[in-house]
Amino acid sequence: MNDTAILIVGVGGQGTLLSSRILGEVAVAGGFDVKLSEVHGMAQRGGSVVTHVRFGQKVYSPLVGAGQADFILAFEKLEALRWARYLKKGGLIISNTRKIPPIPVTLGLQKYPEDIDEILSSAASTCMVDAGRIASECGSVKAVNVVLLGVLASRLAFEKELWLRAIRKIVPQNTIEINTEAFNRGYELLKG
Amino acid sequence: MKKLLLGNEAVALGAYEARVKVASAYPGTPSTEITESISRYEDIYVEWSPNEKVALEVALGASIAGARAMACMKHVGLNVAADPLFTSSYTGINGGLVIVVADDPGMHSSQNEQDSRFYGRAAHIPVLEPSDSQEAKDFTKLAFDISEKFDTPVMLRMTTRVSHSRSLVEPGERLDVGLRDYAKDVGKYVMMPAMARGRRTVLVEREKKLQEYAEKADINKVEYNDRSIGIIAAGGAYNYAKEATPGASFLKLGMVWPLPQDLIKNFAKNVERLFVVEELETFVEDYIKTLGLKVFGKDYFPKTGELSYEIVARGLKAAGVKSEILNLAFEDFIDVKVSSIPARPPALCPGCPHRGVYHVLKKLNLTVTGDIGCYTLGALPPLSSMDTCICMGASIGNAHGMEKARGKDVSGKTVAVIGDSTFVHSGITGLIDVVYNNGAATVIILDNSTTGMTGHQEHPATGFNIKGEPAYKLSLEKLCEAVGVKRVRVEDPFDMENFEKAVLEETAAKEPSVIIARRPCALLKRNRLKNPPYSVNKDTCIECGACLELGCPAIVNMDGVSIDKDICVGCGLCAAVCPTESIAGGDMSE
Repeated sequence: MNDTAILIVGVGGQGTLLSSRILGEVAVAGGFDVKLSEVHGMAQRGGSVVTHVRFGQKVYSPLVGAGQADFILAFEKLEALRWARYLKKGGLIISNTRKIPPIPVTLGLQKYPEDIDEILSSAASTCMVDAGRIASECGSVKAVNVVLLGVLASRLAFEKELWLRAIRKIVPQNTIEINTEAFNRGYELLKG
Repeated sequence: MKKLLLGNEAVALGAYEARVKVASAYPGTPSTEITESISRYEDIYVEWSPNEKVALEVALGASIAGARAMACMKHVGLNVAADPLFTSSYTGINGGLVIVVADDPGMHSSQNEQDSRFYGRAAHIPVLEPSDSQEAKDFTKLAFDISEKFDTPVMLRMTTRVSHSRSLVEPGERLDVGLRDYAKDVGKYVMMPAMARGRRTVLVEREKKLQEYAEKADINKVEYNDRSIGIIAAGGAYNYAKEATPGASFLKLGMVWPLPQDLIKNFAKNVERLFVVEELETFVEDYIKTLGLKVFGKDYFPKTGELSYEIVARGLKAAGVKSEILNLAFEDFIDVKVSSIPARPPALCPGCPHRGVYHVLKKLNLTVTGDIGCYTLGALPPLSSMDTCICMGASIGNAHGMEKARGKDVSGKTVAVIGDSTFVHSGITGLIDVVYNNGAATVIILDNSTTGMTGHQEHPATGFNIKGEPAYKLSLEKLCEAVGVKRVRVEDPFDMENFEKAVLEETAAKEPSVIIARRPCALLKRNRLKNPPYSVNKDTCIECGACLELGCPAIVNMDGVSIDKDICVGCGLCAAVCPTESIAGGDMSE
């Protein structure tokens, strides 16, 4: 695996930090140099959030630049659109189908773009996932982050066991079962 | 075995390995996790102090007593701690003293973008700047050695992207450092004029020795590659530059004050064009210009905001650096055709107790002097109820000043809003001023029983210390009464009708008044609000938009108004403002 760059984007409170920590843990276990850059503080309060993840032989910048991301993992559709220019040509956008209107949209000041799927798929490879439904079927709507992580995992070359081990290590003890199931469902999704 | 640590966690590990005995801080993004991580080590005394000035005074006291000590803060916190900072440089230390300061280029969570390196220079203390978590740990340990070797406080300067990035750290051995002897030394620790004059000479001499140290320090590293371009950089900026042009020659500075004059001159001689890549001010660039060297810097890189690989690569390209040694991946991003993407600003959480307060203040059309915390978000639409936000504690002085400038009429139309933690930090002195100087300001203390924005830290009025152990609970109402405020009342901000009445009464009063809006933060673990979610009866909803004016993220306006049951915590404010009683607890569609 060459140097890999991934952006995990979403809305503050959706659990982007947990998934980036799992991903980081897996990349370390896979023997790579790893850097993650997180958002703490004010932006976490329902704002647009992004975690940068990079791993390879030697990583300098913790930030993924425009045109550098191999994957964008989006927990919300508008956020996939917002960060799309960070995707490398030939990269893949994995996005939740969930729409969360930001306050300016709720107030009628701006429109939520209707055609996000078309805009994204005309520019890049995309994989749209109804992660909320899958997570609910696994027992908790909160597991959206791990469902999406499962989809991403199926496109990375790490052994599945590394992922499961990292999940067991990082998620709260009483949610291991739900999260493992959520991960498996995501992992199998693209295999048809 | 290497661990993936936040830069802040790595500083804490460095403090542990350096055998720090006392650590003190006031929370502030991006520095907070340093002290939180230290609190997990059992044999280190750690505290949240009421503010950064006290934190540094505690650390200095511990140092004078012979212990290794550390104070941590964000960049604007150093303004508060500047008084002890400057004089601690005169006294020097006994046990090693390290001041960790986290700057916030890009202002992710701050009110300004000041550059703390100037404080190091102005106070004549050395400044170290790590670029990743491993260095954050190593430099923390080294900072204690430098502190004790040169008898000086040392600043460790972090930035958001170093503090909040995770990278691999190899844990090391914990040093065996005990308490140093304490001996009374009036000439060194009592800074009255006669003694301070002597110490002033000492610190000038000390700075010369520190500069000699910087010339040879291992943490200032020269890497020669392609010599057509030489880049001087430190901290996060080094990473971006390295990414933008891995093949260039570098002088990586680990110590950004004092700067190594000869090392820089020698590096300049060995490269064709010299660049400085640094975030914020032209600190290193200006210094190099005083050496009479030709150097490129902010002509090509912005002075505002944080840098990135992309910005650095763009700047170097514009400066005519040959493209063979530049990484120009950023020019090749995918073409997304979209005219406008709605912004997603942060918002008060569902169930936030501040929402009711702002709803009332907006309705009454008051001038609101604001302060620093989650509640500053009340400035944004639709609540839009804030006129000023300057620094910690400023709301009360601002309101008092407005009244003194425009007469007592202003006080009837003006309120100051300030959080509980912020009030203890530096609001109380403003309130003393109002009473002492015959003001009539109305102060609303937004008491959500925690330090919210930084992630729920305890403070003197929560009744718990940093370790979660019970502590003396400062009574805000008694404190306000003690400074001479006769009108002090406690109200529930969820009861908007009563709250409005309280605000009207107190702003009408011709004397100082305090309303304590008391209701715990909706996210606070020990008191989490979780009522059944509310829902909208679409048959009776007239889509008047009254509930939308609350700016609650759980109220969704797409294909009619609805409530997101996954994030609604059932505070009921929307039901209270609905004119047609179309919103109620439980699912109304069933």
